Amino acid sequence: MSGPLLKLEGLEKAFGAKQVLRGVDLEVARGQSLVVIGGSGSGKSVMLKNALGLMMPDRGRIFFDGEDVTNATGKARETMRARVGMLFQSGALFDSLTVWENVAFRLINSEGTRRKDAKERAIETLKKVRLGSDVALLYPAEISGGMQKRVSLARSIISKPDLIFFDEPTTGLDPITADAINDLIVEMVRSLGAAAVSITHDMASARKIADEIAMLFEGRIIWRGKAADVMNSGNAYVDQFVHGRADGPIQPAI
Amino acid sequence: MANPLQLVGRITLGLFADIGRLAVFAGRVKIAAITPRWYGGEILRQMVRIGFYSLPVVGLAAVFIGAALALNIYEGGSRYGAEQFVPNIVVLGISRELGAVITGLMLAGRVSAGIAAEIGAMRVTEQIDALETLSASRYRYLYAPRFIAALATLPLLVMAANIIGVMGGWLVSVYGLGFDSTVYLRNTVDFITRDDILVGLIKAVLFGGIISVMGCYQGDRSQAGATGVGRAATLSMVGAAVLVLAFNYVLSTLFVEIGL
Repeated sequence: MSGPLLKLEGLEKAFGAKQVLRGVDLEVARGQSLVVIGGSGSGKSVMLKNALGLMMPDRGRIFFDGEDVTNATGKARETMRARVGMLFQSGALFDSLTVWENVAFRLINSEGTRRKDAKERAIETLKKVRLGSDVALLYPAEISGGMQKRVSLARSIISKPDLIFFDEPTTGLDPITADAINDLIVEMVRSLGAAAVSITHDMASARKIADEIAMLFEGRIIWRGKAADVMNSGNAYVDQFVHGRADGPIQPAI
Repeated sequence: MANPLQLVGRITLGLFADIGRLAVFAGRVKIAAITPRWYGGEILRQMVRIGFYSLPVVGLAAVFIGAALALNIYEGGSRYGAEQFVPNIVVLGISRELGAVITGLMLAGRVSAGIAAEIGAMRVTEQIDALETLSASRYRYLYAPRFIAALATLPLLVMAANIIGVMGGWLVSVYGLGFDSTVYLRNTVDFITRDDILVGLIKAVLFGGIISVMGCYQGDRSQAGATGVGRAATLSMVGAAVLVLAFNYVLSTLFVEIGL
């Protein structure tokens, strides 16, 4: 099917009196890597959770591969999620399961793959994110934060999704580990031919993994352009954000 | 100044809303428990955690309750020369009331609060969101196995509590109050009926449902942060304990009415 793989149309979401999203319009094409930047509390995570169906928008519509999935439930939601991967900010690994069981979770529990086959595929996928089979039998609490992000990345790509969401993929990592994770994200997204939507406020990460960058401010997309243009966008809000200046139209969130 | 009627109205509406939410949640857990798909490994793991690991605490509570019960019945009965009824009243009290109630209360603390804390921690670390994105329903993967495990293991725990509680009474009666061991045990066995045991087991099944659903419900609603998880554990324990006691009274009344 032609057209964008993911399309958000006039998305609005409020929590009580606090309006977080005020009409977000966003399109992501197949195979495209889009990074959404924005300050803390700008609504990036809320937008992602709405797109994933973990939260329902108050207004607006969400289309996945041309289908309206705004209020999808049951089979329709499962069909969509089977084609989507997600790397959570915290990794969100299940701490009662071993590393390989985490990676193979979807295969075993949703696709009905036999444990032996699922384990082999999990170990293969762990190798793709540069983790050896010795890690497979460990529990998430026994590995470092960087390794947890890699395991979470392996879990998000094992089913070869068409679209992968990355929520602050480098938050809490040292610069070298963060760069290694960025490299892996670029490599995995390209090798799968998947579309990617990442949210971050780490500009080094954004420039490395994005084809295009969009900026979310006060619940709206205020700029979108090529990753190469972000440092010279001509938009006062974007300029202030990407150069990390306290002075400018955006008030620091303190 | 706030209108007191408004305040009462708001509290009442809030209470009914809470009851409604809990009822809908319990309904969804029940549907997940009685329809496929079932996660057999998770159910077994929860049966071990809820049933097997609770045995020591339930056993300890039961032995002390049985012992204290025997002492008090002896003390009260001796005022009317009725101390020979100690074994009869101990076994009746434990099998119809105390075995199930003690097990329910101990598990409200050990299991319900534990489930709420575990699920609450999963909620705040995004593990529940991760579960949903991996196409696994939290109702089927997390809540139904705990519900099924609690329904299956509570009756077994109550049976154990009944036996250990009666043994607590026997210990005090034989070694402290001068009862003959053989006579005590014969009176116990002769007096207890199948209905007395059945009453305790029916209560156990209901208490299993209350304890597991309350833990899952409070964990699912847990707010972000350590305080939210702690609050979920506390609310779950208090809620489960109060409901166990309330439904124990309701069931006891019902069983007396129908002659069970």
